[in-house]
Amino acid sequence: MKQFLRVAWVVMRKDLTVEMRSREIVYTTVFFAASCVLVFAFALVREGRPLEDASAGILWIAIAFAGTLALGRTFERERHTETLRALMLAPSDRPAIYLGKLLGVLVLMAIVEAVLVPMIGLLFHAPVFARPLWLAALLAAGTLGFASVGTLFAAMLVRARSRDVLLPVLLYPITIPVIIAGVRGTAAIFQATPDEPMARFWTALLVFFDVVFVTLSLWTFEPLMTE
Amino acid sequence: MTRIFVPLVIIAMVMFAFAPLVVASAPLEQTMGLVQKIFYFHVPSAMLLFVSAFVCGIASAIFLFRRSAAADRVALAAGELVVLFGLIVLVTGPIWARKAWGVWWEWDARLTSSLLLWMIFVAYLMVRRFGGPGSEKLAGAMALFGMANVPFVYVSVNYWRTLHPKTSVVMTLAPGMRGPFWFSVAAFTILYLLLLTLRKRLEDRQAMVEQLYLAVEE
Amino acid sequence: MEYDFDRLVVDDVSRHFGRRRALTRVSLTCGAGTILGLLGPNGAGKSTLLAILSTLLAPTSGHVRYGTFDARSAGPGLRGRLGLLGHDLYLYPELTARENLEFFARLYGLVHPRERVDRALAHAGLADRADDAVSGFSRGMRQRLALERALLHGPRLLLLDEPFTGLDDASGHALVSRLRGLRDEGAIVIAATHDLDLAEGLLDEVAILREGRLLAVPRASGPLRERYRETLLAATPTAAAPSAREERAR
Repeated sequence: MKQFLRVAWVVMRKDLTVEMRSREIVYTTVFFAASCVLVFAFALVREGRPLEDASAGILWIAIAFAGTLALGRTFERERHTETLRALMLAPSDRPAIYLGKLLGVLVLMAIVEAVLVPMIGLLFHAPVFARPLWLAALLAAGTLGFASVGTLFAAMLVRARSRDVLLPVLLYPITIPVIIAGVRGTAAIFQATPDEPMARFWTALLVFFDVVFVTLSLWTFEPLMTE
Repeated sequence: MTRIFVPLVIIAMVMFAFAPLVVASAPLEQTMGLVQKIFYFHVPSAMLLFVSAFVCGIASAIFLFRRSAAADRVALAAGELVVLFGLIVLVTGPIWARKAWGVWWEWDARLTSSLLLWMIFVAYLMVRRFGGPGSEKLAGAMALFGMANVPFVYVSVNYWRTLHPKTSVVMTLAPGMRGPFWFSVAAFTILYLLLLTLRKRLEDRQAMVEQLYLAVEE
Repeated sequence: MEYDFDRLVVDDVSRHFGRRRALTRVSLTCGAGTILGLLGPNGAGKSTLLAILSTLLAPTSGHVRYGTFDARSAGPGLRGRLGLLGHDLYLYPELTARENLEFFARLYGLVHPRERVDRALAHAGLADRADDAVSGFSRGMRQRLALERALLHGPRLLLLDEPFTGLDDASGHALVSRLRGLRDEGAIVIAATHDLDLAEGLLDEVAILREGRLLAVPRASGPLRERYRETLLAATPTAAAPSAREERAR
């Protein structure tokens, strides 16, 4: 167990160190997320007033799009230098590598969301600081659900053809419950009087989803990655 | 399966030949009239859609964890049938909806869940087709995750819907309808089993051909 | 040390990708303290065989045994006794040489990672460039670093795919003596190479592959180049294969 966590930690640290050198993925993903928000803003805002619940929807769509991009780019790096093979050669349980990669992606997504949330608050007058803990819980649980499935699929797609388009094709249908839960939970919080029981329900659903899908991913990582 | 195959084909043919009579004999529903009879196609197809999704998911799990090529062939056959029966559901559903509610589509929980499941398995087929070598495993993961997702999809779509006007989907079965309904279910199930077997056999033959190609060079 | 072994047995290994046969019924054995050369034209299946020996790829039939351990049933610990230097060097260009080695040292759970890394850097002759990003290295420098990465955990079986590519004369000879040293310490070294001159004095045994099959190597002594050419011209399958065909015909 200790070895498992150690390997995951080492992999995550390496990913973050590599990223910090060029900061390429961080910058481009954050900027992309911001552009998404703007595009949706222009599409959905009429006469200076956004549609009801638009802010929650836009936030989660931006997270989904940016997340897909970040996942693709992170694994493209490993593919480029074939280092994924070197990772698979390590004498450790292979799911630990999956966990390390997942943690790296989560850190990246946290940075993106730290920029997105204030932006949404600003542009759509959304009360992002009304219930900050609930919002954080929803974002954490939802991002974990999205990233857990995404990391698995992106790792598997490294050696596939048409990998750029296949990642969203595979990821979006599976993660729609995450999007639904995230949007409805966030919308519940953004209401004039925040609906906490609703937020609790959706957060619980997300946590349940996370448990099931992180477990499934850990379980299927090795058979999927070995030829 | 081989021995009862031909008898089953005959039974299925007979059942489908009689089906119009059976369906016509069912009582007419008060509000919707004739169009309601599409129900006898729609619901069995939806049931088999879910059954097939589970078959595909379980077969994929066996393929991934036991490396059984035969399981992968079953999964492929079941995956295709999900898409096929899904098409039936998604075509008959709106036809009925148009008559029942006046719109082609309503974000009804069951219909939406079926749509989502259908899309997951369309993605499954796409990966197998366009993913290149080794894509069977990835598709298998997709099917497994899709199957695991069914409860989440249903719950989230159901509660997402509560903010929309509630519309009732399944009417209670009047006594006279039960006979024809279960007749349809039986007929469709036999059809499903036949198609699954045939499709798997086709894949088995394909695998045999590949084996022969390889053996030739030895 | 658990999972250690002194013998590598490749038993009737085949591997196909769809309809393409990459390896057909390859069998060979290698004891500790041997340097085996894998020779053959491009596309012969050398890289595939190395991938199978490193456990990255599973054979579609046949077995690979490391001592008493079977590749399929052995746990992840077995990988700790294997080292692979592949075509692609498995280095992170954004990290420095030292960071690359330290990452792999930590990944493999080695004790005293710092000392090992320093030693490895000295072996590679990169001690003065240790804190420069790998992206700035020449191919030869990267090759040397990658070799040290493969050796960091002291593997029993070392697999090398074209290790002499991009190495200048001095580095090539340094590698030859390094491999000899490893062999003397009891390692099994299997190197796929096209560089027959450098391999000349290095190889203890030779296996020649063509189109996925192992060809018989004439035992006659003589320059490696001659033996290689002769074998390819003769191009008869190994003695094992015809009898296998006869068996099936029965």
